[in-house]
Amino acid sequence: MTDATAETPRRGSGMGSLMASDDHTAKRNAREKRFRMYGLVAVCTGILMLVLLLTSILTAGLSAFRQTTIEISVTLDADRLDPEGNRDPADMGKVTTFGYAPLLRDGLIGTIEGAGIETDLGARDVADLISDESVAQLRSFVLANPDVVGQTIPVEVLASGRIDGFFKGRVTYETAELDKNISPAQLRLAEDLKAADLLRTGFNWRFITAPDASTTRPEAAGLGVAILGSLYMMLVVLCLALPIGVAASIYLEEFAPQNRITDLIEVNISNLAAVPSIVFGILGLAIFINFAGLPQSAPIVGGLVLTLMTLPTIIIATRASLKSVPPSIRDAALGIGASKMQSVFHHVLPLAMPGILTGTIIGLAQALGETAPLLLIGMVAFVREYPEAPWDGGLFDPATALPVQVYNFTQRSDPAFVERASGAIIVLLVFLLIMNLTAIFLRRRFERRW
Amino acid sequence: MNDMRLTERAVDNNGTKIRAKGVQVYYGDTHAIKNVDVDIADKTVTAFIGPSGCGKSTFLRCINRMNDTISVARVEGDILIDGEDIYDKRVDPVQLRAKVGMVFQKPNPFPKSIYDNVAYGPRIHGLAKDKADLDGIVESALRRAALWDEVKDRLTAPGTGLSGGQQQRLCIARAVATSPEVLLMDEPCSALDPIATDQVENLIHELRANYSVVIVTHSMSQASRVSQKTAYFHLGEMVEYGDTGDIFTNPKDERTENYITGRIG
Ligand SMILES: Nc1ncnc2c1ncn2[C@@H]1O[C@H](COP(=O)(O)OP(=O)(O)OP(=O)(O)O)[C@@H](O)[C@H]1O
Ligand SMILES: [Mg+2]
Repeated sequence: MTDATAETPRRGSGMGSLMASDDHTAKRNAREKRFRMYGLVAVCTGILMLVLLLTSILTAGLSAFRQTTIEISVTLDADRLDPEGNRDPADMGKVTTFGYAPLLRDGLIGTIEGAGIETDLGARDVADLISDESVAQLRSFVLANPDVVGQTIPVEVLASGRIDGFFKGRVTYETAELDKNISPAQLRLAEDLKAADLLRTGFNWRFITAPDASTTRPEAAGLGVAILGSLYMMLVVLCLALPIGVAASIYLEEFAPQNRITDLIEVNISNLAAVPSIVFGILGLAIFINFAGLPQSAPIVGGLVLTLMTLPTIIIATRASLKSVPPSIRDAALGIGASKMQSVFHHVLPLAMPGILTGTIIGLAQALGETAPLLLIGMVAFVREYPEAPWDGGLFDPATALPVQVYNFTQRSDPAFVERASGAIIVLLVFLLIMNLTAIFLRRRFERRW
Repeated sequence: MNDMRLTERAVDNNGTKIRAKGVQVYYGDTHAIKNVDVDIADKTVTAFIGPSGCGKSTFLRCINRMNDTISVARVEGDILIDGEDIYDKRVDPVQLRAKVGMVFQKPNPFPKSIYDNVAYGPRIHGLAKDKADLDGIVESALRRAALWDEVKDRLTAPGTGLSGGQQQRLCIARAVATSPEVLLMDEPCSALDPIATDQVENLIHELRANYSVVIVTHSMSQASRVSQKTAYFHLGEMVEYGDTGDIFTNPKDERTENYITGRIG
């Protein structure tokens, strides 16, 4: 026995000590080390890119959440605002913003004088400090509260885009020299106002709640309509894509016979997931708007198009998680006389739930960020009216969507819109973050059951 | 005692619970069961033995039509339970499986509480009138599976949290809870230690009073301990079928003899 082993020539590395690695092992280790280096470099590059992206968006966009306002006391001249003298909003509505503009301008000049600030600017140049939007704001405030007519009230109005930009570092005395919209003298006046604590910078709720504003009034542009539009579309997608997708997956995975037709369907679903989203937009335009006659720019159409787009994602995720449920569970249920449907709904579906929910939320998140198909169905329109509540037919009212609003802002010439666009991206990212956290939370919750 | 019972059987012609006639099973092109004829008696334990891959599980799964769930499987021939052809068009496999319970090789409790595991069958078949009734069914099923004393204080704990042997007994309790007339067991003890195996074997002895039990096993000693009848399968054929004592002491077929003496398998 011992002889036999002694005679067999020993192969490989065996002769050396275990303390020193032989050539072969050294090579293998070096290869492994190199591979780990590549991986590490790839991960670091990815993280670096992400950090760069986030910093650039945050530095450009965070200022959108701060807004400069000026406090003015305005005397609301009853003769001008309510010629009939009856404080009836219907009659007062005849006075247009042209009737309000001088009041606001006089109010501003009065406020400046009251604060003891000296300026040699003309009335027009002084009025340029405040946003054109504030006149409209003042008018709607007065129409909503007719009793204030005749009084002198303090109002907080938006500073114009350039003044706002001055306090965010976007506009300086040097750029103002070359800018026909603003002069250094106006900037000096703004600084004096700030010193007198009449001009303030605070959190910009209007950016989140207000509707879009025209190209000349970046300071007033907000995301209210876009956020509502996006939420409405998500509602439609959730209500349609989740039940349809889950039902289709359960049928395909658990009930459908395995034959050519189901194979074909399967291949097509995978292909649909890879179809460029703009194709879905064309489909939506052709079917929902031209054929079915649904209104343009409406969240219902956007929601339907995004539903089509999200369905494959949800179906693929749901089928994968149904597949991952061990077959022994199905056998167990069938073995004690449960019907196919009972075995699916009582045992398989609950186990597949975390996967289904994660897939659904990922699909929704994809849909939330989708832009191209929405451009085609007219959701890129300029919409200033909030849609009604969903149960009042709001799904059929015109609206925009967050990613489209980002695109829209970037198309405008005023540099102040760069800040707004980045701000809108931040809002979009926050929504995505919330959805992903929900997915994680739901996953944990359902998985922790056993 | 054993002999007496068998004589009793012999005179009772209605004692046949399951009758298989010319059963063929194909998995696609594979011919897994070749022309099997067998009469399985009521209130008897029948053991299926044979080398791995010879078709014991396949034949067992024919008896409660679990093969229906395998799309490539095709069953030919007749299987009659109480004289009724279970492959008849009018037979609902779901109803059949309530009558023919099954315990699988690998314990497969539902990821639910111990109570819900056992109560699931009675619930879906509407066997319990009220909560108290259901509690009673659950308790007696767990008692018969020799599990009650171990779990009575934690019925709400997950069934998947039990040990392997306990899980298998839970699965037996689950199968027993629907009061089936036939109990099919596919290697129920292969995951169990000797003590748990002993408990399950005792259980099988008890079940014999009310059920027709068919058990697949790789353990010759187990087959001789628990069964009255034994069938030996070889490459899809049923080579020999008879009283357990005869098969083990005096096999007629050479292949059976080789298997039980340990020369093949
Ligand atoms: N789902 C299936 N699809 C295709 N062939 C199968 C399937 N199940 C079993 N077979 C084949 O049928 C034959 C019998 O298998 P079966 O599982 O009945 O054997 P067995 O006697 O139970 O073996 P073991 O003792 O190992 O459990 C084997 O050749 C197997 O490969
Ligand atoms: Mg088997």
